[in-house]
Amino acid sequence: MLKILKYSFYDLMRSRWSYVYFLFYLALGFVLLFLNNDVSKAVITLMNVIIVLVPLIGTIFGVMYYYDSKEFTELLLAQPIKRSSIFLGQYLGVACSLTLSLVLGLGIPFLLYGLFRSDVIFDFSLLLVTGTFLTLIFTAIAFNIAISNENKIKGFGYAVLAWLFLAVVYDGLFLMSLIVFEEYPLDSFSLTATMLNPIDLSRTLILLKLDISALLGYTGAVFKEFFGTNSGLIISIVMLFLWTVLPTWRLVYKSKRKDF
Amino acid sequence: MKQLSGLLVFLMLISWYTLSAKTISVCASCSVKSIKSGIEIADAFDTLLIKKGIYKEFNILIDKPLTLLGDKFPVIDGEDQGEIIRIASDNVTIDGLFIINVGTSYTSDYAAIRVVKSENFLIQNVVLEKLFFGIYLEKSNNGRVYHNKIIGDAVDEYNSGNGIQLWYSKNVEVDRNIVQGVRDGIYLEFSDNITINNNISSNNLRYGLHFMFSNDDIYTNNTFENNGAGVAVMFSKRIKMVGNTFKKNWGAAAFGMLLKEINDAEIYGNTFEENTIGINIEGSNRIQYKNNNFIKNGWAIKVLGACYTNTFSKNNFLYNSFDISYNSKLNDNVFDQNYWSNYTGYDLDKNGIGDVPYRPVKLFSYIVNRTPETIVLLRSLFMDIIDFSEKVSPVFTPDNLMDANPLMKRTI
Repeated sequence: MLKILKYSFYDLMRSRWSYVYFLFYLALGFVLLFLNNDVSKAVITLMNVIIVLVPLIGTIFGVMYYYDSKEFTELLLAQPIKRSSIFLGQYLGVACSLTLSLVLGLGIPFLLYGLFRSDVIFDFSLLLVTGTFLTLIFTAIAFNIAISNENKIKGFGYAVLAWLFLAVVYDGLFLMSLIVFEEYPLDSFSLTATMLNPIDLSRTLILLKLDISALLGYTGAVFKEFFGTNSGLIISIVMLFLWTVLPTWRLVYKSKRKDF
Repeated sequence: MKQLSGLLVFLMLISWYTLSAKTISVCASCSVKSIKSGIEIADAFDTLLIKKGIYKEFNILIDKPLTLLGDKFPVIDGEDQGEIIRIASDNVTIDGLFIINVGTSYTSDYAAIRVVKSENFLIQNVVLEKLFFGIYLEKSNNGRVYHNKIIGDAVDEYNSGNGIQLWYSKNVEVDRNIVQGVRDGIYLEFSDNITINNNISSNNLRYGLHFMFSNDDIYTNNTFENNGAGVAVMFSKRIKMVGNTFKKNWGAAAFGMLLKEINDAEIYGNTFEENTIGINIEGSNRIQYKNNNFIKNGWAIKVLGACYTNTFSKNNFLYNSFDISYNSKLNDNVFDQNYWSNYTGYDLDKNGIGDVPYRPVKLFSYIVNRTPETIVLLRSLFMDIIDFSEKVSPVFTPDNLMDANPLMKRTI
């Protein structure tokens, strides 16, 4: 598996796209800091970017890579290698190179602008951790979609739809249901609904740091327990971990049974 | 010349007092062993020098102009019996005492030091611990409460008292006190022309500073941190609030400042940082907000209703989750030349003022007012899209509620 991971990783490192991705984040980081000259405001803007863009890029990259390397995969399948290691290796290769571009691309400008001297270092590292999780999750989802669809166009379509659903539509439905059922106690429901969407989950995780004063404005024992103590942070991270493991597991499961 | 001779007479009077006044020492090995007996034998304008030690006394009545001076913080232990010192005379000074264990009662407000119908009092360098009420001024004018430390251990609102309470008192100066762990740090009721400066009021159950029916008061450079609510100003007129800091008042009903039925106040140069609600305004008119900083609050300003002709100018709104929240479609308040960190406009003519007006009320804040659980959708892409469409064509938010001249750089 490690060999395939290494191969995929180097293959991507050599490709133009990961450089573009890396340079994009580098430019974004520099521009944000150059225009604001205020690290804490840049962190807020960055959060919006990470929550929307990282899943999108993870999804598209994952699908693209899977379809692109399909012939190579079929060649590998003819060799005496375990199927799980082929697909896990490819998946991790993509996810790692994307994560590396993200962390380096954002890390360098912030380091240069004196991150260690500012008190937002924790917020920033939390941002990078959620970014990493989101990359892992959405690349896994993309691989899942690609492995289930032979048709490239269909695969792309589903992948983009999945992103659109989780990033925008889900919140819309969520909001509608909250307003429709506003007469009922909704705090458990709203927290559960947040847990079921990795994008919402990462957003909550960052909100815990950035907007805690607003979140504590709501009177509700469940909210208070969740946001007021460390349990919110712990539960969110555990859920993100689950969100990473489940699609990966399905990928392995699917790949073992698929007829190539 | 007449003035000069008056001054001379005054000086002579003072020197006569000081010459005739004697100092009585109180200590365990002195001839005078208790504060009460010391007060009994003292004449007017004498000084009681209370030496270091523990004095188990309560209901000490000071009925003549005396100075109670503590030497190295003698402890007066009330043993939870009731009130400890009552001042019922003009010109009393209390300096450098350590008073503990005031009795708790549900029928009378026992205080560590109570001043009743007296003038020209001075209470300074006093430390109070384990108290019910701390310093209680009752119908007493022209005094000074300076540099005291009040540390309570209040748990419930119903059986705890206030740190410094003024009731029907006028022209009092409350300066450089530290109050923590009581119900209301400083409480004013029917008290006019009070000056409250440089105090630190923190970790109190209810309010750091509380005004009721008090007019023409001024408070400057105080710090209010982690109270139930920082400052509650209610049913008062012409209050000046300058240069105070309101910090970390978190919770469902926590405000940096709560304004209720306030008219003609001036709020200048204050800092509101990391409160759930920076300022909560209800039924308040003709208030000037100028040069204030609102930093990282949940809601910088929450306007509930019946607020007219207020002016917000030259304030900085930095990284608040919500800048302004309104619950009605009517707006009669003016926002002008503030700096908003959420402003996304541009300044083509480079005059320092954005060319596009800023609308501080987001649609999302209306939704949160209606269904509070939706707060978990804060900063989601969907909400941003909705807010953007509302910004382009306002339907729910008041049409004229905007800052027509948003600043491009923060004011100092």
